[in-house]
Amino acid sequence: MQGIECPFQFLTASYLVRTQDLKATTLAEFATGLEKCSDASIFFHTFQSLSRHHFLTEGFSNDFAQWVLAASNRPELAEQLASFDIREYTSLAELRADLRRVVNDFCEFHPQIATQQTFEAFAFCEAVEVAIPLAIAAGSLREFNEGLQKLSHASLYFHFIASRLRLHLSTNDFSHWFENSLGLTSLARRADHIDIYTNTLEGVRTILTQLIEKELCA
Amino acid sequence: MTMTTTTPTTSGPIPLDDYAPIIGKPEVDELRALAASLRGHSVQMVNSTAVGGGVAEILTRLVPILQELDLAVRWDVMTGGNEFFGITKAFHNALHGGPYQLPPESFETFLANNQQNLSRLSMDGEFTVIHDPQPVALIKGRSNHSGHWIWRCHIDLSHPNPTVWEFLEPWVKKYDAAIFSSPEFVQKLPIPQYLFFPCIDPLSEKNQELPPETVRGILDRYGIDAKRPILTQISRFDRLKDPVGVVGAYRIVKRYFDCQLVLAGGSAADDPEGEAVLTEVREAAADDPDVHILNLPPWSPTEINALQQASTIIIQKSLREGFGLTVAEALWKKKPVVASAVGGIPLQVIHKHTGLLAHSVQGAAYQIRFLLSNPALAAKLAEQGHEHVREHFLITTNAKRYLTLFRYLQAGG
Repeated sequence: MQGIECPFQFLTASYLVRTQDLKATTLAEFATGLEKCSDASIFFHTFQSLSRHHFLTEGFSNDFAQWVLAASNRPELAEQLASFDIREYTSLAELRADLRRVVNDFCEFHPQIATQQTFEAFAFCEAVEVAIPLAIAAGSLREFNEGLQKLSHASLYFHFIASRLRLHLSTNDFSHWFENSLGLTSLARRADHIDIYTNTLEGVRTILTQLIEKELCA
Repeated sequence: MTMTTTTPTTSGPIPLDDYAPIIGKPEVDELRALAASLRGHSVQMVNSTAVGGGVAEILTRLVPILQELDLAVRWDVMTGGNEFFGITKAFHNALHGGPYQLPPESFETFLANNQQNLSRLSMDGEFTVIHDPQPVALIKGRSNHSGHWIWRCHIDLSHPNPTVWEFLEPWVKKYDAAIFSSPEFVQKLPIPQYLFFPCIDPLSEKNQELPPETVRGILDRYGIDAKRPILTQISRFDRLKDPVGVVGAYRIVKRYFDCQLVLAGGSAADDPEGEAVLTEVREAAADDPDVHILNLPPWSPTEINALQQASTIIIQKSLREGFGLTVAEALWKKKPVVASAVGGIPLQVIHKHTGLLAHSVQGAAYQIRFLLSNPALAAKLAEQGHEHVREHFLITTNAKRYLTLFRYLQAGG
């Protein structure tokens, strides 16, 4: 394969969890928290929650849904919060609006439940990202595959999940590069269809490797 | 009394590559990449004890790992007389919500001790991490706002006694950042507050996998039957750990399952309340030969490890808890856990994913019965719990958090 103009530079990211001065001990307070918390907090409890719990492949979607289930014992609301697929969002404002709508609707229909104390408080947090370039770059699909095998989970998360917001596109760094630098539209699409809710990050790596190897053999 | 500062002994060099089979080579490489721009930079850790207690246990392993990554790390231990440590013990209890009954002069004594330590310690690290309240006032030695100062609070500050917290708060505010172990412990402060979870070392004596014959030998020593289900709570004999409640839960479970209960904790010899609790637990157990109350010596890592490894289910039915690292230890050993939803436990036990949470004796008993009846589910929770610990509660993750914080501060964050 000829050298390409734009090689893929692998990065990784490490995160610090920073607390916000915002807690909820009732669903009504939770609704207010969703309105007031930072965008970084919405990101932390949804996109990053998926990364922190990537090894849970059944029934875990985000921190909000888990808290509503475990601390408030409201499976009907938890289900709705869990049903949001972050892949469909390219802005946190849209995601926040949908989360708020669901919780506000619930509180409106169940005003007594909304003010009941939960078992535990929900503490709104956010993450601080420190991105680091790795000494791995790829100028071809084969080199990309070699690099892929050397990535930590944090790096896989950074490129495959968090990138959706960075790119403001319904895609990920890998697919973006496959399509725009290698012209591999089909591979880009198939990679983007890997289900991040039912696969661990290790599972994502395995499937992606299989897709690439198939492409290399074609 | 003569005061000296000491530089404690760590566990010695720990080759980072020893962790590669556990966390994966990419994670080890990532630690090295994170540390690259910090190579040669000085880090000073200061706490108040070289041995004993969770902080010393963590620093004993963390410092060599950071040194292995070529950071110039120094660990200093402040010292003081009995009066000083009497005051800091009173601080500790008060910060956990108890009363503070020492005279106002105790605050002067506390500050005088910090000043004395300051005259002996060279506080010149580019990154200075002060652990817990004892050395908090050492920040007075910071010259012209040089370096980055971080206060790492390991204790439960969810209900601090206002007298003590109002004394400490002005000192804490002088730091660049504070670190707490749980969102419940954070305070209203004008400085950024970060969450670092406590951690376990998978290579330590308490967490390494033991040969089956060692486990069997320890069970035989205590007369525990390896062939029947073993329910275990590892905790010191303290009412806040609710050992009598654990016996109550066991009694309910026993109606349905022929199981045994092991309550193993540290020595209570120097703790009058501990002795009283031990007596209460023995009374609650009555003459049940299937209840094993083990008052272990303070440092019994192999025994604790073996008991955890041999257990069918690990219980942590605390009424209040700082973080409860025994839960992480159990999850690391792939044991299903039933625990109370208090303190840092829900961070470790994600209900129905990495274990089961309970809010009462009856609830704990129900969850235990449920797991005993569903061994496949119990195994799945345990497996996921193990992965949860691998991701979040290992010493290597702790090192990564410090490296990330240092880099963030270095970049002006």
